[in-house]
Amino acid sequence: MAYRFDFSSLADYTPVLVQGVATTVGLTLIGGVLGVGIGIAGAAARSSGNAPVRFAVGSYVELIRNTPFLVQLFFIFFGLPSLGVRLPEWQAAVLAMVINLGAYATEIIRAGIDATPKGQIEAGASLGMTGPQIFRYIILGPAMGKIWPALTSQIIIVMLGSSVCSQIAVEELSFAANFIQSRNFRPFEVYFLATALYLALAIALRWLLARLGDRMFRGGARV
Amino acid sequence: MSLADQSVSPSARPLVKLSNIRKSFGSVEVLKGVDMAVQEGQVVAMIGRSGSGKSTLLRSINGLERIDDGVIEVDGECVDPSQIDLRALRLKVGMVFQQFNLFPHLTAGENVMLALKVVKKQDKAACRAAAEAALSKVGLGHKFDAYPSQLSGGQQQRVAIARSLAMAPKVLLCDEITSALDPELVNEVLSVVRQLAEEGMTLLLVTHEMRFAREVCDSLVFMHGGRIIEHGPPAELFDRPQTPELAQFVGMVEAR
Repeated sequence: MAYRFDFSSLADYTPVLVQGVATTVGLTLIGGVLGVGIGIAGAAARSSGNAPVRFAVGSYVELIRNTPFLVQLFFIFFGLPSLGVRLPEWQAAVLAMVINLGAYATEIIRAGIDATPKGQIEAGASLGMTGPQIFRYIILGPAMGKIWPALTSQIIIVMLGSSVCSQIAVEELSFAANFIQSRNFRPFEVYFLATALYLALAIALRWLLARLGDRMFRGGARV
Repeated sequence: MSLADQSVSPSARPLVKLSNIRKSFGSVEVLKGVDMAVQEGQVVAMIGRSGSGKSTLLRSINGLERIDDGVIEVDGECVDPSQIDLRALRLKVGMVFQQFNLFPHLTAGENVMLALKVVKKQDKAACRAAAEAALSKVGLGHKFDAYPSQLSGGQQQRVAIARSLAMAPKVLLCDEITSALDPELVNEVLSVVRQLAEEGMTLLLVTHEMRFAREVCDSLVFMHGGRIIEHGPPAELFDRPQTPELAQFVGMVEAR
């Protein structure tokens, strides 16, 4: 029983798909940048901060890594309004992604920081550099270079995971696909296309991040 | 026990003065009350078996090892065990390590410029000029843009020396700086150190290069069991050891 693909009915929905792709890209971009930023701050705090700070960051990391993203998203979108914090869908989605990526990125980046040879830290100290200067100029770059492939994978996981945000009516790619198939009744074609688009986005993002890593952490990769 | 009594110019105030330095790792006491004085321009080598405390003593002089007791004085900067901020001391004390410890993500020039920029807050042009001068001094002016991974061990160690020198320290500590090098690369590093000695740089070396110590140093310090048990001009220590420990050590290194 051969299935006959018919993509013709999809043409009318091109603007919806474009809108969906743009939203997914936008969520990933903002979530990725802010999430990695939180990861760097969290890793720095966890490696060098005082005990209460280390405990707080550790708790955050474990809480996020051991609960489902969907529940985290619902907690922010449906739960927080009970405390008077009412976020629009889009902002709730970004916040959930940032918090989620931030926790994973903290752990990944910390591994890179831990791999810094002690002698390099001593060399910085013996040149009169302060702890924060040593972190920023000596530790961070090579650490990011070492863990960049792992971080890239995590950012892609978060991009793919953003499909979950359709559950709170964020009009990203999955939401668009769902919307279209409910109108044209061609779910196979629609999800076939959505899958292809996610795949293309993921490959493009991986390629872009690899280039970015080469440029930013050139030396780190040389170690 | 003090070296001040036999320094080149006994009247001068010592540049480096260590008083009753004690340090334990857990229950092991590695420095058992060390006194030492180094005059400006002196080149002093610390020798002794591994575990005698010489590296720990050297590392304590710029605060990489926190001492448990005693006072370290370098050019007027005083450090005792209560001290938390060691940066003033570290600006006067340069250090070169056995493993070079260059920053792998920075070029040779950037390695030298980093602390000039972020610690001394010099502007770009001044940093660059100082780094070029320091690298030329160690014979690596042409390697300004090379990464550490593109340099030989000897070249990396010379960059590390340039990185320390660029900060214009009053004294340079060298912790077994040729021990990680292939034999054919040792001399290029030692000749840089020899040149610094000739220019009047105050140097404190932990070394196993006995011939070099004998030829270049003004004074030797023999450490054993966490104490300085002999000190004096190299010829005297090598030719007329006063203690059986030093006699045995000299016999061992000369048999090699």
